[in-house]
Amino acid sequence: MADTVIKSPVRWLAANPIWGFIVLIFVFFSFANPYFFALQNFQNILVQTSTIGLIALGMTLVMINGNIDLSVGAVVALAASLCVDIQGWEMFADWGNWAILPGVIAALVAGTALGALNGFIVWKTGVDAFIVTLGAMLGVRGLVFVYTKEQSFFAMNFAFSDFGSSNMGPLPTLAVLFLVCTAAVYFLLARTVHGRNTYAVGGNRSAAVNAGIRVGPHMLINFMIVGFFAALAGVTLSSQMGAATPNLGTNYELWVITSVVLGGTKLNGGAGTILGTLGGVLAIGILRNGMNLMQVPAFYVLVILGTILIAVLLLDKQLNRKGKEELRV
Amino acid sequence: MNRDRWKTIASVLARQGILVAFALFLIGFSIFSDRFLSPENILSVMRSSAIIGVMALGVTVVVIGGNLDLSVGSMLSFSTVLVVDLHDKIGPAPAIGVMLVATLALGAVNGLLVGVARLNSLIVTLGMLSAIQGLTLIYSGGKNVDIVNQDQTWFKIFGRGTIADIPTPIVIFAVGAILLHLMMAYTPFGRRIYATGGNATAAVFSGVRRSRVVFLTYLISASGVAIAAIILGSRVMGSQNNVGQGYELQVLAGVILGGTSLLGGAGTIWKTVIGVLILGFIQNGLLLMGFEYYVQWLVTWVVIILAVWLDIAAKRGRLLSPIA
Repeated sequence: MADTVIKSPVRWLAANPIWGFIVLIFVFFSFANPYFFALQNFQNILVQTSTIGLIALGMTLVMINGNIDLSVGAVVALAASLCVDIQGWEMFADWGNWAILPGVIAALVAGTALGALNGFIVWKTGVDAFIVTLGAMLGVRGLVFVYTKEQSFFAMNFAFSDFGSSNMGPLPTLAVLFLVCTAAVYFLLARTVHGRNTYAVGGNRSAAVNAGIRVGPHMLINFMIVGFFAALAGVTLSSQMGAATPNLGTNYELWVITSVVLGGTKLNGGAGTILGTLGGVLAIGILRNGMNLMQVPAFYVLVILGTILIAVLLLDKQLNRKGKEELRV
Repeated sequence: MNRDRWKTIASVLARQGILVAFALFLIGFSIFSDRFLSPENILSVMRSSAIIGVMALGVTVVVIGGNLDLSVGSMLSFSTVLVVDLHDKIGPAPAIGVMLVATLALGAVNGLLVGVARLNSLIVTLGMLSAIQGLTLIYSGGKNVDIVNQDQTWFKIFGRGTIADIPTPIVIFAVGAILLHLMMAYTPFGRRIYATGGNATAAVFSGVRRSRVVFLTYLISASGVAIAAIILGSRVMGSQNNVGQGYELQVLAGVILGGTSLLGGAGTIWKTVIGVLILGFIQNGLLLMGFEYYVQWLVTWVVIILAVWLDIAAKRGRLLSPIA
C-alpha cells in the first residue's frame, strides 16, 4: 500500500501480479499477431484505454472508501450529450472555437454535481451506496433520454473532434490527459491527508470516526471526484467520435469495476492502489485490442472477460487467505 | 409528550412507507386517468409485471441468504433464446426441458463460486453477466430467433393464454409467490436461509451447512429465470439476444422496494410481490398520464431511494444517518 519501498522486483511483482499478467499477454500478442507490435497500435491501445481508465481512477477512490458507483456509465452519456449539444447552441455561434468551452464546463459541472448528489444521499440518509447509485444508474439514464429526446448529437465544430484525434509528440493527446490525471490521483492518494483518510475510512469506519475524521464529507468528495472523471470520460469519448448518442457508456460500470478489481482494489474497502488500477485498465485494454486484432469474435471476448474476472477473484482468494480469520465450512 | 406521539405516528407510517406510497400513487393516478383503475388495465399491468416478478421471487431468496444475483438479466436472454430456438428444432416440451437444465447449470456455477468457493457474489455475478451475454451471442451467432408457426403451437399458452379468464403469466406468478412464501415462512430450509443471511458465522455454528444453502438459493433464482424465459418466449414468440438487458436492475429494484435488506437475513416474499407491482403501476400510471417512457426511470430512482431511506430510518429511529 503506502509502503512503496521496492525491496526486490520479485517481491514487488508478487504484490502486484497484474503487471506480470500484462507482460505475459503483451509477449503473447506480440508473437501471435504481426500487427500488434507497432507504434500505431500502442497509440490505439492508449486512446482506447483512456476512457475506461479515467473513470477507473475515480472508482478506485470510491471503492477504497468502501463504496461503489454504478451510475458512471449513465453520467458518461449525460456529459457527452451536454457537451456536444451546448457547444452548438445559437448563443455561442459567434464564439468560434471558444464555443466548445461552455459545453465542456457544463458537462464537467453536471458530472460533479451528480456525484455530489450521490455522495450527499449516501452521507445523509445512510442508504447503501450500491442502492443509491443503482437507482441513479436508472434515473440518470432516463434523464439522458429525456434531455436528448432519444436523438444523437453531432459536433459541428471540427476543432472538437480534431482534439480527440490529435497527438502531442509521439503520444495521443487523450493518452497524455489520462496519464496526467493518473499522476494527479496517484499523488492525491499516496501523498495527501485526503488520500490517507480514504484508506482509513474504508479500512475501519468506526476507527476513522474515533480518530476525528469526518467520514461523510469525505465520501462526498470522493463521489464528486468519480463524477468529475466520468464526465471527463464522456467529453473525451464524444471528442473521439465527434458525436454523442444517448446509450453511450452502457456497461461501462462493468468494465470499470472489472479493471479496478483486477488491479487489486478490495470491494470491502481499505486497500488498493492507483498503480494497480492502471495495470488493470491496461490489461483489459491490451486483451481487447489483441483479441480484436486476432479477430476473436466480440462474443467470445465477453466470455473471456467474465472468466478472467472470476479467475482473478479465485486466485486472489487463494493467495491472500488469512488463516485465522477464515471459518471453513 | 406531543413530540413523542408525532414520532410514533411517523415511525408507524414509515414502517409501512411502501404501502403508503403505493396508496398515494394509486389515488393520484386514478384522479388523473379514469382508465387507470379499470379491471382490464389492472390485469394488463399485472400480466406485464409477471416476468420481472417471477425473477424477483428467486432473487429475493438469494438476497435474504446474504448474496446478490446480477446475472439474472443476461441469463434471461440466454434461456429465452435457447427455448425459442429449440422450439422449432425439437418441439416445445423437449425445448423446455433442455432450457431448464442449461439454466439450472448456470445457476449451479453461480452457486458453486459463491456458496462453495465463497467468492464475493457481486463480482462473481457481474462476471457471469458478461460471460452469459457472450454465451448467448455465441449460441445464436448474433441473430435473433423466431418461432415459425406461432398459432399452431401449445407453447403460446404460457404467455398469451388464460386459465379461468386470468392471464396465465399472472397465475404462474401467483403460484410461484405462494409456494416460495410457504417455503420461506414455514419450512426448516427457509429458516436456514434467513439464518445464513442474518449471521453466517452463528448459522454455521448451529449446524447450518452454509455452502449448501447458498448453492440452493442460486438454483432457486435460476429456476425463476427459466420460468420467466418460458413466459417471455411464449408471449413474444421470438427472442432478441439482449432481451433481458437491464432486467437485473428492475428485478433488484422490485426486491429493494419490497423492503428486503441487501445485507441479508431480512425480507419477505409477499412484499417483493408488492414491490414489483408498485414498479409496474408507477410505469403504467405515468404512461397513461402522458409522460415520456423514460420519465418513469427518473421516478423509479426517486422512489427506490425514498423507500429504502424510510425503511432504514424507521429501524434506526431517526431520519438522518449518524455518519459524521
